[in-house]
Amino acid sequence: MSYTIEGSTGPWEVVIGLEVHAQVTSEAKLFSGAATAFGAEPNSQVSFIDAGFPGMLPVINRECVAQAVRTGLGLNAQVNLWSRFDRKNYFYADLPQGYQISQYQYPVIGTGQIEIDLADGSTKQIGITRLHLEQDAGKSLHDQHPSKSYIDLNRSGVALMEIVSEPDMRSPEEAGAYLTKLRQILRYLGTCDGNMEQGSLRADVNVSVRKPGEGFRTRCEVKNVNSIRFVMQAVEAEARRQVELWEAGEEVVQETRLFDTTRGVTRSMRSKEDAHDYRYFPDPDLPPLVLDAAWVEALKAALPELPDARRARYVGDFGLTPYDAHVLTLEKETAAFYEAVAKGRDPKMAANWITGDFFAGLNRTGASIGSSPVSAGDLGALLDLISDSTLSGKLAKEVLEAMFETGKPPAAIVEERGLKQVTDTGAIEAVIDQVMAANAGKVEEYRSGKDKLFGFFVGQTMKAMQGKGNPALVNELLKKKLG
Amino acid sequence: MTHPTELTIAGARAALDRREISAVELTRAHLDAIAALNPRLNAYITPTPELAERQAAEADAALARGEGRALTGIPLAIKDLFCTAGTRTTAASRILGNFVPPYESTVTANLLRDGAVFLGKANLDEFAMGSSNTSSAFGAAENPWKRQGEEDTFLVPGGSSGGSAAAVAARLALGATATDTGGSIRQPAAFCGIAGIKPTYGRCSRFGIVAYASSLDQAGPVARTVEDCAILLGSMAGFDPRDSTSADVAVPDFAAAVARGVKGLRIGIPREYRMEGLSPEIDALWQQGMAWLKAEGATLVDISLPHTKYALPTYYIVAPAEASSNLARYDGVRFGLRENGEDLKDLYERTRAAGFGDEVKRRILIGTYVLSAGYYDAYYVKAQQVRALIKRDFDRAWGEVDAILTPATPSAAFGRDEKQDDPVAMYLNDVFTVTANLAGIPGMSVPAGLDAKGLPLGLQILGKPFDEETVFAVGGAIERAAGFNALPTLRAAA
Repeated sequence: MSYTIEGSTGPWEVVIGLEVHAQVTSEAKLFSGAATAFGAEPNSQVSFIDAGFPGMLPVINRECVAQAVRTGLGLNAQVNLWSRFDRKNYFYADLPQGYQISQYQYPVIGTGQIEIDLADGSTKQIGITRLHLEQDAGKSLHDQHPSKSYIDLNRSGVALMEIVSEPDMRSPEEAGAYLTKLRQILRYLGTCDGNMEQGSLRADVNVSVRKPGEGFRTRCEVKNVNSIRFVMQAVEAEARRQVELWEAGEEVVQETRLFDTTRGVTRSMRSKEDAHDYRYFPDPDLPPLVLDAAWVEALKAALPELPDARRARYVGDFGLTPYDAHVLTLEKETAAFYEAVAKGRDPKMAANWITGDFFAGLNRTGASIGSSPVSAGDLGALLDLISDSTLSGKLAKEVLEAMFETGKPPAAIVEERGLKQVTDTGAIEAVIDQVMAANAGKVEEYRSGKDKLFGFFVGQTMKAMQGKGNPALVNELLKKKLG
Repeated sequence: MTHPTELTIAGARAALDRREISAVELTRAHLDAIAALNPRLNAYITPTPELAERQAAEADAALARGEGRALTGIPLAIKDLFCTAGTRTTAASRILGNFVPPYESTVTANLLRDGAVFLGKANLDEFAMGSSNTSSAFGAAENPWKRQGEEDTFLVPGGSSGGSAAAVAARLALGATATDTGGSIRQPAAFCGIAGIKPTYGRCSRFGIVAYASSLDQAGPVARTVEDCAILLGSMAGFDPRDSTSADVAVPDFAAAVARGVKGLRIGIPREYRMEGLSPEIDALWQQGMAWLKAEGATLVDISLPHTKYALPTYYIVAPAEASSNLARYDGVRFGLRENGEDLKDLYERTRAAGFGDEVKRRILIGTYVLSAGYYDAYYVKAQQVRALIKRDFDRAWGEVDAILTPATPSAAFGRDEKQDDPVAMYLNDVFTVTANLAGIPGMSVPAGLDAKGLPLGLQILGKPFDEETVFAVGGAIERAAGFNALPTLRAAA
């Protein structure tokens, strides 16, 4: 069922394309040796190159190029063995060179595509137009002084990948799913940490609306949206604004807009008329970027398993449901945790415990996979205690809760609390005998055909054993004794 | 003994090594000459006597330890476009009038590594934009040569490396660094009666040289002999990982090539350089050069470089385009001149209005225009296409010849007040030299004779990419044949 906005003149379709700026994970900047760590003292990670000093020259960082190529391969995209850096000229206080080095005409990565997963279980292919490398600018701080602006150049020169999608998305959900999937791929590849709060991943959202069956109408670009939720909200708000304009007989003007997250509306930033003439031209300081096909092949061969492949493997090899496989592969860390738990154990059992009680425990304690008080090794040990009948499923849940609270391994908790399951048939039989003696009337009823009473005897036996009786043995021995 | 300022670099090297003179004596002789003549010639923007004395003392100590290198104790002028750590570097612009770089350019670092002594920072056209050294914010440099009977006429030393050439010609330095974007080494060398070579693009690192037009800029030396140029270039050149356009090729022994001779070499004479209105004096000098080479055993070959006439307009699109972008960083925000304004835009406008001179502004405007939307294809893209054709002309010529001989300039040095009203007339100075920058090939100017008024004229030798050795061989042959020994009117110890 497709998403539309109901206007007074009928339904409107929404057309969305995303330009995502992803900060390349690398030790050093794109064209200088300066460091890239987040949160450093202002202007402490700036070389003379980043500050645009006279006579300074850019030298490409090979690792940043490798990261872009890995990303392109992860997006099933064309790797261009010949690409070029251009200068995008404009003046701003946090742009020290007076131009940004970018790839305008010949990007390092060409067309590709990714598959997004939608809530109804369906999937959709979204085209990638291109990926190119460029420098980030510095940061202007206008709120530190009444009449001055402060400039922090730490980010100046940091490598960004600009990943441009085709206008293939048709709903806020699809836009959100695209960004989720893109972020997931980047994180699996280790080419961008995907941290949207720190600005490592930002999206410019292009939105237009149209009547079903029409060609494209004028689009607006909502700049620098920094969360998946805000992207979805921005699409909706901007699409509604455009529908209202068209229906009021007005025109949508092509312009750059900002999303006001507190009021949930977009507002104009600059119109096409004040658009810069960037005077792009090839950067004469940098020869064309020529990649060796064998080098690209080597990067391809060393590529980690990507989420789609991993999910397929979980369904195919481990027999997980597509839903569980999806949940377990969403984050690279979750998948790694799952595989550590599942290794040498029943993979379905491991999946059930992680998606069930383990996630519930994380939620309850406000922890993440990375900060979980329960390690993969300890969770695996707990599963082993179930498999060897030391613990019943019910007891195991109690033990896991205690593990979340204390961070102790399961064996220690079982020991401390005496939770060990009773598998001694003699002991179980003795309890059964007591239960049967105390409920002689019920025994008679059962033996005269009231089969449903079996559950009553199980319950009474387990109760008498404080839940520690091995359920299978209790069942077996009860059946024998009750005849 | 020869006065120390009259020595060649090779001669000074020998005298220093034999302890006939100390580095301190040699340097002081030059510092005295600078003190006496620089107020008149304005060849140096910033003399650095204390630094020079210190470096000279270190050079003497190194020589005493037997650790002398190629340039130990050799006093040089450094074009004020090369960043020198701790020494003001102005690019002859108000906008960098107070700029002291905390880093050293690769070329000057190479010279320091080899023991050179820096006498000071030499004058130039602002941001190396010009052919007369009159656009310097620190005043014009004067050519030490005088027209016969016109001793009061202020002649320009050429540009942009006018200060470097004037200093070397007037004996205020044994040699100098220079840069050449459209002829800025070869034209002032010719105007001042000295030798100068622009090597192949990529031969010298551009790291730490204030950029004018990045795809054309190339550092090189000026000196009084071809051999001295070879010695200096040997030290300046070399691969630098900090410049992505620097070539990772070995630096040969250039000095050894100077005496190689031209026997068996095929020398191209491009017919397109015999331009309409070429002065008979220049043409005669060219003919003389051909005769010398032929007499030395070279074969002259008539060649065609059909796109030559498009070189100058192509240059005046490509160079300003790159300059308009390269000079955007001079915005008053981080270093250099700042003129405060109402807001950021006002700060930019005031700073750049006050900081840049007319010629720089003119080229920024031209460059901005040719890169603008709607004009880019007609100007910049077209110019790049023509540039490729000019390069192809040369590539084809190398199938037939080993080097090419042309005049260096269309005229001898002109007066400061001539040509100033007509930028295009000024641009024509580069007509013989710009092709080498556009094609990235080496070009050298060698003094070869005097015009009717006693001013020096130069011949230009163009060579194959990374074959400076043949250029030096041809230059050496011309130098020996010409026996050029005329002296400028204004010079130390004169």
